[in-house]
Amino acid sequence: MLRTGEQVIEEEGAVLKLDVSALDYAIVAAYFVVVLGIGFVARLTIKSDLDFFLSGRSLPAWVTGLAFVAANLGALEILGQAANGAQYGIASVHYYWIGAVPAMVFLGIVMMPFYYGAKVRSVPEYLRLRFNEATHFFNSMTFAVATVLISGVNLYALALILHLMLGWSTSISILAAAAIVLVYITLGGLTSAIYNEVLQFFIIIAGLLPLMLVALHSVGGVDGLKDKVKASRLGDGGLHAWQGLGIHHHTNPLGSDWIGVVFGLGFVLGFGYWTTNFAEVQRALSANNLSAARRTPLIGAYPKIFIPAVTIVPGLIALVTVKGLGGSSTDLQYNTAIPHLIANLLPEGMLGIAITGLIAAFMAGVAANVTAFNTVVTYDLVQAYVARDRSPQYYLRVGRLVTIAGILISVATAFIAKGYSNIMNYIQTLFSIFNAPLFAVFIIAMFWRRATAWGGFFALVAGTAAAYAVNRLAAYHTIFHFPVASVTSSFWQAIMAFVVCAVVLVVVSLVTTPKTNEQLQGLVWGLTNTDAEEHPDERDKLWWRSPYLLGGGAIVLIVILNIIFI
Amino acid sequence: MSSSDAPPIDREAQRRAANRFDIRRLIGGLLTLYGIVLIITGIVGDHHVKTKAAGINIDLWGGIGMLIVGLLMLFWAFSRPTEVPEHD
Repeated sequence: MLRTGEQVIEEEGAVLKLDVSALDYAIVAAYFVVVLGIGFVARLTIKSDLDFFLSGRSLPAWVTGLAFVAANLGALEILGQAANGAQYGIASVHYYWIGAVPAMVFLGIVMMPFYYGAKVRSVPEYLRLRFNEATHFFNSMTFAVATVLISGVNLYALALILHLMLGWSTSISILAAAAIVLVYITLGGLTSAIYNEVLQFFIIIAGLLPLMLVALHSVGGVDGLKDKVKASRLGDGGLHAWQGLGIHHHTNPLGSDWIGVVFGLGFVLGFGYWTTNFAEVQRALSANNLSAARRTPLIGAYPKIFIPAVTIVPGLIALVTVKGLGGSSTDLQYNTAIPHLIANLLPEGMLGIAITGLIAAFMAGVAANVTAFNTVVTYDLVQAYVARDRSPQYYLRVGRLVTIAGILISVATAFIAKGYSNIMNYIQTLFSIFNAPLFAVFIIAMFWRRATAWGGFFALVAGTAAAYAVNRLAAYHTIFHFPVASVTSSFWQAIMAFVVCAVVLVVVSLVTTPKTNEQLQGLVWGLTNTDAEEHPDERDKLWWRSPYLLGGGAIVLIVILNIIFI
Repeated sequence: MSSSDAPPIDREAQRRAANRFDIRRLIGGLLTLYGIVLIITGIVGDHHVKTKAAGINIDLWGGIGMLIVGLLMLFWAFSRPTEVPEHD
């Protein structure tokens, strides 16, 4: 019976199963020993809540910069972007070069002085200072909910990978991964999470870079890959980033036009995620001074520019080498592109490194969200509304308990992600509901002093409601005829949420009383705290540490790459 | 809410602890270990191990790459150790 089943699958397409040896398991085990060791050592450095939630604001820029990009290098990037590479081709680079890098540069150069200079401990806390408690409470709640959902996606992706590659049961995988994250975060807080993110970054590159190189070699190099993609389902369109994006006659595999890409993905979703998502901003807030905080996203931008080489390129290679990829069976979903290449190409030893890299990436994705969740719940919900003015030890204890609760909820939500075949689309859907309106509020709040407290509140509520409404209407095809949870629907949902939010903010602000300049000191453009630099470092004056140079370099690089892949 | 109320600690002990916990040593150590293990596997492995990756001995080459990066990290960590900042 079983044998017949296997034969049927082989006729339809490739079967995913890894031949894992004792050596590979030993490589994975060595990583876990180091991860847990970091948790135990980091525990010794924690004396107060600030140490636990913001690493005592003591980390150097290269560490926070790599953590900044690694916090996002979870399920989202690796499986999801390889899936995009296989499904949409080179056009998926828009998620990096349009959807991420410009926003990271903007965060480092323009926005970080507001966050770090105002000494806020979280993104919602900025909203409390700039607007009012209602805005703060609403944002803290929606952020906490969105964050545990996304943390659940990472757990599910990890379980899926362990199940497909190693044959472990999904529930055992979820529980084992959750237990390890629980131990190292509860012990070592953000320091533990950031150290693991940086370590994870090196391991994932150590696994994926050789994989990409041998996979490319196996299809006859770059030219061989081009020929094979042209002959594939994607055709020549799969090799270009900007062709076929015309309005009303888009023929690009993304199924979107350039307005959707530039404004939806780039401006609203990209800026929304990278500049207001606390799971990211928190990494910069843990830097040791304002200069290091500003350089955090800028240093992260450089690896981000080149990550498509180890995600989208393998996705394309999987498209032309894995028979039946994109089919309906679990083994053939687009999300399995990289696991298939690992199974086909990596021998014992390298196989262990690649598996370790994937597991590490997923755990880092979970950890990034859990550390942001525990900070927002502790500072922005418990300390702000439930138990004010307690000792640092009290909030440290609350933080550890919230960590445990957050991981338990993530485990429960891991299964929500199961309903979507492309994890990336699920995450874009979540972001477009929660992040798109937030970015509109931030950008106006920082640059328009007239924006009032209640303007901020109603804009945020209306924007979130609009995003949700568009999502539902699209899902039932009542007004908008997008494919359900498609790329295009996420882009347009984000654009509409942004517009609704901006209009409500302006209209309500014009009929309510604005805040005075004293109340806005350090929070808006033109009233920046110039004496905010508490721990200046002479070496920060070196030319290569200039934020403008770092940011400008990243922009020049993406312009060149976009021209090459036009 | 700040760590300023923590008791003063011997600066030398603090410096030693910060260096033992230096992320560069952890990354360097783990990559060096992985590099050595992979190089050995690439040398003593059977024909399948040496040729599975489209004919490339990826354990050997990948191992050499990891060993180089690992040693560079260790060199950086030991040549420029962490200094405990003046503040706090």
